[in-house]
Amino acid sequence: MKRTVFAYPYVVWMLIFILAPMLMIGYYAFTSEGAFTMENVVGALTNEMYMQVLLRSVWIALKATVICLLLGYPIAYLLSNMKKSTASLLSVLFIVPMWMNFLLRTYAWQVLLSPSGLLNGLLEVLGLPTQQFLYTESAIMLGTVYNFLPFMILPIYTVLSKMDRSLIEASHDLGANSVTTFLKVIFPLSIPGVISGITMVFIPAITTFAISRLLGGGKFMLYGDLIENQFITLGMDAWGSGSALSFILLVLVLISMAIMRKAERDAGEEGGGKLW
Amino acid sequence: MKKKIALLVVLVMALSFCFSGCGNSDKVVINVLNWGDYIDEELLDQFTEETGIEVNYQTMATNEEMLVKLEASDCIYDVCFPSDYIIEKLIAKDLLHEINKDNIPNIANIDERFLDLSFDPGNKYSVPYMWGTVGILYNTTMVNEPVVSWDILWDEKYDQQIFMYDSIRDSIGVALMKEGYSINTRDEAHIAAAEAALIEQKPLVLAYLGDSIKESMINGDAALAIVYSGDAMWCVDPEEGNPDLDYAVPETGSNLWFDNVIIPKSSQHTEEAEAFINFLCDAEVAKANTEYIGYSTPNKAAMALLDESYTENPIYNPPQEILDKCEIFHDLGDFINVYNDAWNNIKGQ
Repeated sequence: MKRTVFAYPYVVWMLIFILAPMLMIGYYAFTSEGAFTMENVVGALTNEMYMQVLLRSVWIALKATVICLLLGYPIAYLLSNMKKSTASLLSVLFIVPMWMNFLLRTYAWQVLLSPSGLLNGLLEVLGLPTQQFLYTESAIMLGTVYNFLPFMILPIYTVLSKMDRSLIEASHDLGANSVTTFLKVIFPLSIPGVISGITMVFIPAITTFAISRLLGGGKFMLYGDLIENQFITLGMDAWGSGSALSFILLVLVLISMAIMRKAERDAGEEGGGKLW
Repeated sequence: MKKKIALLVVLVMALSFCFSGCGNSDKVVINVLNWGDYIDEELLDQFTEETGIEVNYQTMATNEEMLVKLEASDCIYDVCFPSDYIIEKLIAKDLLHEINKDNIPNIANIDERFLDLSFDPGNKYSVPYMWGTVGILYNTTMVNEPVVSWDILWDEKYDQQIFMYDSIRDSIGVALMKEGYSINTRDEAHIAAAEAALIEQKPLVLAYLGDSIKESMINGDAALAIVYSGDAMWCVDPEEGNPDLDYAVPETGSNLWFDNVIIPKSSQHTEEAEAFINFLCDAEVAKANTEYIGYSTPNKAAMALLDESYTENPIYNPPQEILDKCEIFHDLGDFINVYNDAWNNIKGQ
């Protein structure tokens, strides 16, 4: 009884801020002047330009996720092998930037990368030709990886640091070298962390819109930008198509989460089977 | 359990005390929605000091965003500063409060040139605030030729050296003018041509930006940019801006625009809003405001007080022969969707 009382505020919160907006998206996506219609969703799915933007978003999010994994796993691995005190100090350093609003951090990159910015100033001092860093697809990639890398490192680090060290010792005792130990013992055991890292990077990356606008100069429209544009500049008339686009993105996110969940289960069974 | 109830009671009491506290205050607050960098914010404090009316000040980046806010059923704003074609649309949708000119005696300070314009005949719903042209801001150290035509924005010499405005009517308007069409065209073939031109131009464009164009141009980040004349005034200022910059309106003409002050019909504080408009039309206030933001004032009493560096400056006060070649935006009704689709195609490319 007591516990459920404490849950009420959360339930109310969920109803107002999660369920109600989703229902509204569903309503606007599937109605036109009050009557049911598939027009908005079909229109959004058959519009060649919208699909092109969706593909670009998926592609950028996938690339950013892979880069985050390639950078984040070694960092998490190194952290987990350090002394506890050093590791916790370093992991705090990874979290500290997240105390600042991510828009501010993205603006900071704008200043660093701009033609008259710090990076080009440095190139000039070294006598090298200046480069156009800002307003390129690479700048968007940099901003995405920078913003979401901690979400990859932390879950992997958590799994790795909680791993039973005796398993690694056992692997060495049984004659496996470090590479084999890593591939056969450490990596399979860290899969849950990797999967939650991938989920936590891919989903915000595919839905982002501010990064592409600030660092891409409005030249590389992502699906998030497209949705924002429908609501902010096109107004009431575009709520139907804006909601349809949001709905499609929502379905895409749910599908990718289901895939991750399945991968995690499969890995769990497999790893478990081999371990014991 | 008793403790919890006691806590709840205390909380409710504290909250209701807070609300009644707010309710008892006599101070009226007007909600003002404006563009970024578009008023000397010290004037807002001065207004509150003089009248006791508080101002809750918010900003928007484009006309279209303003329109969305004003059309919303929960519009909370009492004063807003949209452009000509948006005012035309708001009047057509019956969303504006008919201004009581008895409350705005300072309207006598406004130059007749800016009154009774086609988007609001007789100024029933709006009072002129600022006006200007759209043109090309360029860096003379990077552009060694005279800037006389929109075509320069399509010149491959300036690859990755061009800023375009992230605004539907302004950027499509530039392409329409380049192609020799009206910026109010309702011909789909003209829009298709403008769309093709902007898609062709996209590889040359460094970025589609809003207000940040000013700072980037002052820093010398690009050679050419589309700006409003008022922003150009700020950018070419030798102290605050960059003396290498100059502004030109193409010889073939451009867009002439007017931003007026309006009061939404939903406003609960129309008298206070009118007091605010009257305050803005005061000669000294208008002078301080125009000097601060750099946009041209339609206030002839303020013009009389202004320094020659403003009144004789062709950016600030363009000669009539240029204005004669310029065109004013008009509301396009539902045809705006054709513009929106074209803009989506350009940006999504």
